[in-house]
Amino acid sequence: MLTGLLRKLANAVLLLFAVLVLNFALIHIAPGDPVEALVGEMGGATPELIAELRESFGLDQPLYVQIGHYLGRVLQGDLGYSTYYDQPVTHLIAERIGPTLLLVTVALLWAIVIGTILGVFSAQRRNSWISHLVTVLSLAGFSAPVFWIGIMLILLLSVAYPILPISGMTSTETATSTIGYILDVAHHLVLPALTLGLIYLAFYSRLSRTSMLEVLETDYVRTARAKGLPKRLVIYKHALRNAVLPVVTFAGLQFGQVISGAVLVETVFAWPGLGTLAFESILRRDTPTLLGILFFSALMVVVMNLLTDVIYRRIDPRIKAT
Amino acid sequence: MSVTDTTPPVAATAGKPLPKPVSPSRQVWQMFRQNHSAMIGLFILFAIIVISIIGPSLYTVSPRDMVWMPLTPPGQSEYLLGTDYLGRDLLAGLINGGRVTITIGFSAAVLTILIGVTIGALAGFFGGRIDNVLMRVTEFFQVLPNLLFAMVVVMLFSPSLINIAIAIGIVSWTSTARLTRAEFLKIREMDYVKAERSIGAGNARLIWKVILPNAAPPLIVVAALSIGSAILFEAGLSFLGLSDPNAMSWGRMIGDNRPYILDSSWGVTFPGIAIFLTVLAISLVGDGLNDAINPKLRQR
Repeated sequence: MLTGLLRKLANAVLLLFAVLVLNFALIHIAPGDPVEALVGEMGGATPELIAELRESFGLDQPLYVQIGHYLGRVLQGDLGYSTYYDQPVTHLIAERIGPTLLLVTVALLWAIVIGTILGVFSAQRRNSWISHLVTVLSLAGFSAPVFWIGIMLILLLSVAYPILPISGMTSTETATSTIGYILDVAHHLVLPALTLGLIYLAFYSRLSRTSMLEVLETDYVRTARAKGLPKRLVIYKHALRNAVLPVVTFAGLQFGQVISGAVLVETVFAWPGLGTLAFESILRRDTPTLLGILFFSALMVVVMNLLTDVIYRRIDPRIKAT
Repeated sequence: MSVTDTTPPVAATAGKPLPKPVSPSRQVWQMFRQNHSAMIGLFILFAIIVISIIGPSLYTVSPRDMVWMPLTPPGQSEYLLGTDYLGRDLLAGLINGGRVTITIGFSAAVLTILIGVTIGALAGFFGGRIDNVLMRVTEFFQVLPNLLFAMVVVMLFSPSLINIAIAIGIVSWTSTARLTRAEFLKIREMDYVKAERSIGAGNARLIWKVILPNAAPPLIVVAALSIGSAILFEAGLSFLGLSDPNAMSWGRMIGDNRPYILDSSWGVTFPGIAIFLTVLAISLVGDGLNDAINPKLRQR
């Protein structure tokens, strides 16, 4: 098991290295010279000044030296400077990661719990209304743009029936006490978490239904039934435990994709997380920040994949053999 | 399922001529036709495509012209669905936007399938080192968060229609590659493939003429569904402002009108319904195809 994990770890490091090389390559392949852009903003410069700027950015060095410097900086935790905020990209990411994690965790949690319950029920009664609900939910969830669902929910729950705030994470006037602050954030969290969770709900209800249907047809479930165990025991002790395995795997893998998944929802609700930061970086053409977020997201994906693998080995002993 | 399964027992056909064997694609169509939701999906999709193709020449209002008071609600002027924040006709936007949205969705899906099938086929057919390298590449693209990566590509290389389609294709092909590889791994061990090889078929013939047609059914389903996800992807990108400035797409209409939702909910509602209906129709058709091709997997 340990060698298997070590190999995965080495693989993960290699993948991250490849992402960095890609990041570097993208900056260089992309049309537009950063120095020329800067000179344009300054309103022109002498050739000497341009040469000096090139040297100060290290752009006069051969490519392999530049990429070496770039990798060295990243290893020291330096993802470059935001051209808009004039701050290290790592600072910006550290500031914004909290809200994103909060949003995605809450959204994933409610979607997984409700989705699994719906899936398990609908697997037992194939033609019940729950089963049809799961079909409709998953079709709708896969077909509607998530940002549009968000806007529709705003129109419904903030405009037509104004019970929830339209955007942001806090209201300016409140936040006098800690509890007040928590309640305020929770109040703002409902809509974005509901929107993002609906997409996950579509996925998890379908996944757990498929998985449960498969498990219900296995020999061990048939054996458990044949020896006369109560139905509830068969479903919850024998079947459900095995049916949630793929749910756990996908939850881990999807959690790695948090930032990518949250970009659209955060943008709709102006939720101050990394997704909104990515959106703002596009508007401001802040390439270093966008690339920093891309690398950081890839890092999260890789780490979560590793963790999922470890957890999976724990809960499914069959994996250890391979 | 072999052809003989469909012929009735001998006693029943005694005296009558044997029915003609049904071709596989006909069988699929017969199964598909019995699936009501899939037929509804096909009808909606057909209608949307027809409207997008001939609509602009029948309804000649330009989606770019300011034709009426901004933010006019539906039904209060000669412009049926009302106007947006600039006073542009929303109906004209929907009719013309369909072209852009469907074109991008379709070309991105073609690219997705092309890359995915090529990589998956080569990896699955040759195995060994080639498989290893290609699967590493696939893994690499899986690790990249797809929306963010597409955002970076489109931002760095200007948001033209072609670049958007390429960006979507580049970030979406990995699951197709994995599926193709799995099919190739399974089929290449079949006896008929070995037989072809033994009579001297080369690799290219084996891949294209022997294995790929047999691996096609699940790939056709994936191809159909990937048009839907490409349309959603395009909508997301243009909602974020990454759309071709010269082309009006449904996603862009939502993005453009979003700051004005308090004054005009219709500006975002209609384009969203258009996207939803199109992708829903594609999903229904894809699911229907899946059921028709793999009857055993029904109801999953």
